[in-house]
Amino acid sequence: MAAVQTPRQRIANRLAIVAVIVTTIIFLAPIYWIATTAFKPRALATTVPPTVVFQPEITPFIKLFTKRVQLTQPVDEEVYEAAPWWEKRILDGGERVLRVGDSVQLSAYPDRFLNSLIIAVTSTLLAVSMGTLTAYGFSRFRVPGEQDWLFFILSTRMLPPVVVAIPMFLMYRAVGMTDTHLGLIILYTAFNLSFVVWLMKGFIDEIPREYEEAALVDGYTRMQAFFKIVLPEAATGIAATGVFCFIIAWNEYAFALMLTNRDAQTAPPFIPAQVGSGLTDWTTIAAGTFLFLLPVAIFTFLLRNHLLRGMSFGAIRK
Amino acid sequence: MTTIALERLDPSSRAAARGWSDLTIRNVFIIPTIVFLIVFNIFPLLYSLGYSFTDFRASVSAPANFVGLDNYKRLLSDPNIWRNFTVTAKYVIVSVGGQMIVGFGIALLLNRAFPFKGLFTTLLLLPMMMSMAVVGLFWKLLYDPSWGIINYALGLGRFDWLSNPDMALYAVAITDIWMWSPFVMLLSLAGLSAVPKHLYEAAAIDRASSWYTFTRITLPLVAPMLLIALIFRTMEAFKSFDLPFIMSGQPTTEVIAIRLYKMAFQEWQTGLSCALAYIMLIVVIAITNIYIKYLNRVKER
Repeated sequence: MAAVQTPRQRIANRLAIVAVIVTTIIFLAPIYWIATTAFKPRALATTVPPTVVFQPEITPFIKLFTKRVQLTQPVDEEVYEAAPWWEKRILDGGERVLRVGDSVQLSAYPDRFLNSLIIAVTSTLLAVSMGTLTAYGFSRFRVPGEQDWLFFILSTRMLPPVVVAIPMFLMYRAVGMTDTHLGLIILYTAFNLSFVVWLMKGFIDEIPREYEEAALVDGYTRMQAFFKIVLPEAATGIAATGVFCFIIAWNEYAFALMLTNRDAQTAPPFIPAQVGSGLTDWTTIAAGTFLFLLPVAIFTFLLRNHLLRGMSFGAIRK
Repeated sequence: MTTIALERLDPSSRAAARGWSDLTIRNVFIIPTIVFLIVFNIFPLLYSLGYSFTDFRASVSAPANFVGLDNYKRLLSDPNIWRNFTVTAKYVIVSVGGQMIVGFGIALLLNRAFPFKGLFTTLLLLPMMMSMAVVGLFWKLLYDPSWGIINYALGLGRFDWLSNPDMALYAVAITDIWMWSPFVMLLSLAGLSAVPKHLYEAAAIDRASSWYTFTRITLPLVAPMLLIALIFRTMEAFKSFDLPFIMSGQPTTEVIAIRLYKMAFQEWQTGLSCALAYIMLIVVIAITNIYIKYLNRVKER
């Protein structure tokens, strides 16, 4: 663009910026809507016309974490007065909290959320550590048929999950590994491994070989040079790759749907399954969705400068 | 420093003196990954290749009988499977086409200096980072015919999106466009920012029309990035499962991956589903090949 703008260009520029703002608002509207629904009183979630202005409340989150049943008759005044503040919110909604003895029964949500966390974190650690070593191997040493091996590694990533899930299901069933954390961890590690190799190879290629060679001259072994010189230099790349892997594993749906059903079920297949017919409580579902999306939104901002690189498997660098 | 290191080690072994040899390190670093991928990706595929020639059903204990190519013949002559492929093709064309137009359009708008440009760009990229399953779920809420915000905002009354067989595919595709246009935008922006500024300056001096500048300078130089986005999104859209599965149960949105899922995990026609998986795999491998070849070519520049 020329430094001096004609009046016509200036107007075009202003219009483009207005268009950007409008587009951003349209693109964010669905996210805004689900986020606000998570704080709505239940009665206002499905009104016609839709409710935009309301007094936000955290009742949907209280409901999200507790196991509840419908009240068959009104509770006694003393019981209501004795209940803690959060329980009153549930009683107000015509439900009561289930208890075993004195302890409140939790819903399945925290459990599924924890499963997601365990599986995503473990598979990320495994994939990043294995993949970084492999990337270093491909970056620094002569590998016979290097391009073919890298091609092979990337092609495993492109397999449709449903296609892999059928034989994996049969194999896991044979060894009793369906619906286990380990089963999903292995699959997510394999799924992310090729991604890590490609991304990290790019990052390691950028570290000058001279650094290691100087260290080798100084008497470091190759391993010491790798751990003390290359890894610290690659730290940003490793962190970005790790966050990407976490998001991918955190979001994954198809494998989790087909290979788990309860004990190791993650949040993505669990949350949509809460939508029943008729009496669906959208505020609670929105609350679950909101909590599930929050880490991804935060990580997206942390990753903002690496998104292009990550989404193109390290092929496009900025 | 070298002498100190040598003193502590067995002097008879040179490899020990310098730690592992490069060859050992290379093998220890690379082979586990290759083995892992073969065991958990390639071996399962061979396993299902075997089953694709049988009438095995995972729900019964009866042994599998070898049926030769019958499964493949049956699938390829089944009009319903062809209908699934047609639905998939339609979905790919509508959603990828939409993403290319919307994504490239936004990139053109963003390709100028203005305050908070980085913030706007990151905000626009949010949808593609989210879980498809959860996105599908909350778009169902937005699409609700009686109280959904979309019908209200567009003044469509009680327009039926997802349970209307003619509309459902487009409704799912719109969600997919919302989610993945940012991806096309991201790649387009990279392409646009790489166009040398002096070309535009030269065009301005020559008083070239903006249309001429766009078609003769911008478009040809961004084309490689657009092509990468196009092939990648085509490949992903062909494999689509999450969004159409969660959003709609209509036969008009039954893409091939959903048919495969139902065949394998609801009808338990394991042998037949393995054959269908292979048919799908061949198409995916073909698109992947084109994609990786092209990615490598762009990378070399």
